[in-house]
Amino acid sequence: MHEFAAAFATALRLIGTLDPDLVEIVGLSLRVSLSAVLAAALVGLPLGAALAAFRFPGRRVVVVALNAMMGLPPVVVGLVLYLLLSRSGPFGALGLLFTPTAMIAAQAVLITPIVAALTRQTVEDLLVEYDDLLRVLGTGPFHTIATLLMEARVSLATTVLAGFGRASAEVGAVMIVGGNIDHVTRVMTTAIALETSKGDLPLALGLGLILIVLSLAVNAAVSIIRDSARGSFV
Amino acid sequence: MLRRTFIAAAVAAAALAALPHTASAADRFITVASTTSTEDSGLFKYLLPLFTAKTGVEVRVVSKGTGQAIDMARRGDADVLLVHHKPSEEKFVAEGFGVKRLPVMYNDFVVVGPKADPAGIKGLKDVSKALARVAGAKAPFVSRGDDSGTHKAEQTLWKAAGIDPAAAPGGWYKALGQGMGATLNAAAAMDAYTVADRGTWLSFKNRAGLDVVVEGDQRLFNQYGVILANPQKFPHVKAAEGQAFIDWLVSSDGQKAIADFKINGDRLFFPNANEPGA
Repeated sequence: MHEFAAAFATALRLIGTLDPDLVEIVGLSLRVSLSAVLAAALVGLPLGAALAAFRFPGRRVVVVALNAMMGLPPVVVGLVLYLLLSRSGPFGALGLLFTPTAMIAAQAVLITPIVAALTRQTVEDLLVEYDDLLRVLGTGPFHTIATLLMEARVSLATTVLAGFGRASAEVGAVMIVGGNIDHVTRVMTTAIALETSKGDLPLALGLGLILIVLSLAVNAAVSIIRDSARGSFV
Repeated sequence: MLRRTFIAAAVAAAALAALPHTASAADRFITVASTTSTEDSGLFKYLLPLFTAKTGVEVRVVSKGTGQAIDMARRGDADVLLVHHKPSEEKFVAEGFGVKRLPVMYNDFVVVGPKADPAGIKGLKDVSKALARVAGAKAPFVSRGDDSGTHKAEQTLWKAAGIDPAAAPGGWYKALGQGMGATLNAAAAMDAYTVADRGTWLSFKNRAGLDVVVEGDQRLFNQYGVILANPQKFPHVKAAEGQAFIDWLVSSDGQKAIADFKINGDRLFFPNANEPGA
């Protein structure tokens, strides 16, 4: 039980003194996860909307496969990416292994299916209302997708946040492709894993508390932005 | 509406790019594949800044078990290999993946176990006899089980005792497939015996009821070796900087730095680069 009290005290001390290692790790974690979410949103949102709006042969197979990919094991994604980016792998010449870029790629691979699959469902529900209208107006494919995404933006914000949550909580993939290198590829989750490995459980738990607070902060920020956009303050 | 969203996304992307960047790829750095024992004990955190201050070359350590580190080096993903299993290291060089193996430092392994000591091995000087008693008592024992230097050393000790613990009935032997720290955490939680390297043990903070029960046997000697990845096999290897790192490690500066690394007054690693047969 005393570990929880020690963890709380450690977390407060790290935040209060703006511990430079902590600032560095938090900065990198945010950069990696936010970049991954941005990439995933750029690909996943239009992809999900397109899947919902258009009919084509094999559509059902794609939808099922996309849903299944929401459950991709992170450590497997990490391993596959490691083999691809390794010097003796096909993309080795890029020299991306053990860099934040590789970590962003790994997280993007993991959360794009989540964003796409949830977007598809959201937009499909929306189409019940909008399908006839869009047909009558004869909108082209690009405008159809853009309109649907715009109309669904409030629900899609939650989808994107779900992607962010998954990305920032992930440790298996980034550990393998990043290598948890001090000052280079060490993020919150891999730092927690390392401190646990060193037996410093209060520090590991303290970092965990900070990670949760960070996630709360991001979600709160989005909520405030959303409400001010709507003109209401709850 | 659409345009505003695109502008907002562009601003967000720009803000992301402005977030503090870690070292860019253009900086001088080498990648070292090493073990969890050198990382978890805190040696690298102490040692590497000294080298970087002297040469301006950043050292990026990816720490895994010895087996994984060697595999990583075989793929060409490391410039330097620093591990602790001499037969594997020599094989690595013999197969052309490394240039030359040099000894760097040593410490020893210890058997740690619960203070209650159900197998009654505390104070024994013969480690294989101690392990035989653990097997006989079917006392809980956790193993790294991950092809690391420590794991391979542990397997050698069981073989010397003539025991195959994985085949032994009773489920007292548990192979975890984890690093040293995680294995010690498990041993602490399960009140089990395990073999650990003294460096990780001395810096480990979650000992619970564990303590050293067997130490000092010659067979517990643990030698670390360093190897430069072969630039003829891997043209992208940073041979000059990698060699500079190795040269520094075996130089009097590097060896003194290793000797100076202490926790609570205990030295964790003993430099021995000048021992030819090490």
